[in-house]
Amino acid sequence: MPGDLLDRRLVVVTGKGGVGKSTVAAALAIAAARRGRRVVVAEVGRRGDVAATLAPGTGARFGEASDTAEHRFDERRLTVGDLAVGHVSVSPEAALHEYLRDQLPIGPLAGLLSSSRFFTALTAATPGMREVLAMGKLWELGQPRRRTPGAEPYDLCVVDAPASGHATAMLGAPGQFARTARVGPVARQGATIAATIEDPEQTAVVVVATAEELPVTEAGELRHALDERGLPVALGVVNGLLDDRFDDADRARLTATTVEHPAIAAARHHAARAAEQRRQLDRFRRAVDAPVATLPLVPVRRLDATAIGDLADRLDPSWAPDDEAAS
Amino acid sequence: MSAAPPLVDRIADAHVVVCAGPGGVGKTTTAAALGLALARRGRRVAVVTIDPARRLADALGLGRLGNDPERVDPARLAGLGVAAPGELWASMLDPQATFDALIGELSPDARVRDEVLANPIYRQISGSAGGSHEFTAVARLYDLAHDDRFDVVVLDTPPSRNALDFLDAPERIAGFLEGRAIQAIIGGGRRGVASRIARRGTGVVLRGLQRLTGVDLLRDLQTFFTTIGPLSDGFAARATAVGELLRDGRTRFVVITGPGPVPAAEAEFFRAHLAEVGMPFTGLVVNRVAVVAERDRDLDGESVATTLRDALGAPLADAVGHTWDAHRRLAARDRETVAALVRSTGDDAPTVVPTLDGEVFDLPALVAVVDVLDPPRPAA
Repeated sequence: MPGDLLDRRLVVVTGKGGVGKSTVAAALAIAAARRGRRVVVAEVGRRGDVAATLAPGTGARFGEASDTAEHRFDERRLTVGDLAVGHVSVSPEAALHEYLRDQLPIGPLAGLLSSSRFFTALTAATPGMREVLAMGKLWELGQPRRRTPGAEPYDLCVVDAPASGHATAMLGAPGQFARTARVGPVARQGATIAATIEDPEQTAVVVVATAEELPVTEAGELRHALDERGLPVALGVVNGLLDDRFDDADRARLTATTVEHPAIAAARHHAARAAEQRRQLDRFRRAVDAPVATLPLVPVRRLDATAIGDLADRLDPSWAPDDEAAS
Repeated sequence: MSAAPPLVDRIADAHVVVCAGPGGVGKTTTAAALGLALARRGRRVAVVTIDPARRLADALGLGRLGNDPERVDPARLAGLGVAAPGELWASMLDPQATFDALIGELSPDARVRDEVLANPIYRQISGSAGGSHEFTAVARLYDLAHDDRFDVVVLDTPPSRNALDFLDAPERIAGFLEGRAIQAIIGGGRRGVASRIARRGTGVVLRGLQRLTGVDLLRDLQTFFTTIGPLSDGFAARATAVGELLRDGRTRFVVITGPGPVPAAEAEFFRAHLAEVGMPFTGLVVNRVAVVAERDRDLDGESVATTLRDALGAPLADAVGHTWDAHRRLAARDRETVAALVRSTGDDAPTVVPTLDGEVFDLPALVAVVDVLDPPRPAA
């Protein structure tokens, strides 16, 4: 991991669906908290996976939105061992409502604004509005002085972002909004947010993949889309790697042996998959053109804070004694 | 234990098979394999994929898949046990083309159609607005379910952050396009003090929004709803019809997942949600499962290494022993996960697809999956 990754304001974690973005976001948050950073994990898309993983039993349930029916953000403080990690689910709906509450004297019309059709109408009439709203809230979470009255400030906001295409749209939206001919505060704020996103000292993008054909291909496409927006990839993470215990000579002997044994069959299978994973890992390194960290396949039934802590060790070798993981 | 029949038996007479589940678990492959299995049983099958699984299309001998189903060459299928009347067709969802076709179908004439298609708000909604991908997937499902060329449509659902979005997408999008609520907000012909006050309040909000965003929402929406007005009844009817199709007695929902902690939790959540919204649940497929035969479970790595020392040499035998133990741990985890999924989903005979050597990108690999989903029966 690049040493200064956790010194940014925003770390945005993205990649193909199902590659473990939430897990990597949670591990980065733990790594940051261990370094004494005040960190918040923001899940975009109204799910509570990170909260349910890091602090089960705190009311967060898997797959459940943590913003309320009134579309208010529910910022919580999760206690993970002796660390504190902030958590919030970010939806464009809640971002719009918070924004309007802050900017307009509209108390009696809260009911109207809670109408999903009204929201659909606004976002349909305004390309990029959903993305700008979500991005604006993420930016706000990473500011040293929060706009939200009474809100706790953080040093770092780790974003559990949507899958590749949606994430680039989100990152590009504020700049696009500011550049189009629109007037008014949203366009002005768009320019400010875009400046933060485009500054590599403040914002980092982390691209996650598993060592498989399609996720790696998507990572490459993602990197090109980010390049076009002037956003470099700060770190690539390959998730779910098998330990590779066999070299080419071993592979040849496993293939050649006539001994029939279930362990030999398992070893052949393992060797074939590990070799394919290594090939995909090489593709990934070329595709993202950035430092790459790898995470092992974790054979657990439920990811918990301990498992995530172990993954954080692998991502942040300066913390753990094992320094091979991120090589 | 009296277990439920194998999955393909449960979907054998289906008209629609919806394959749902989290991303990254091999959903597209399972959808294709279920399609092939049904074709093998003599049904004319259309598979709608979402992901651009180019190599899968290549394997089926199809070019670049488009919105219109393409038939897989019968000669190619004959070698895989598919004989007449069984047919396999495949397509890849094109959301824009599907949405545009629906507009064409619902428009009273070409002028209305062209106006709607050119409207910027329509372009925005049909292109990327929340739920449009899910909406077009079920709209396409509806089209193909009413296409006489096919007995059954197998739908691979979009890889959305929330695998359930497609269930209520029809109501959400059509509810918006229908526009009655919005027209009430922006001022239809309603009278009365209450609605006048509400409208005045709305005016404040809309003006405020315009000041903030530079968008003249009122004007843009009025134009849009005037344009799309002639179609609104058609949208309402179609949304209802699509909702009915999803709840139809011959529609089957297959939940596809993997043994990892996140996909498994997501599958449980999905199963519970199906029950909440009154959709049928047909069965569970768990892909990429590590399997160790029961008789081998007590074999430990150390004894394996000792047994194989002579054949492989000590260092390699040790590595094989370590790999065996890791494999056993993973297989134990996967057994526990599958057992927990049986309890939580209520499917006591889920289909467990063992991990394959590679990804499924050719026909032999696809057929191997089909044989797991629908084991060939010995001839009577």
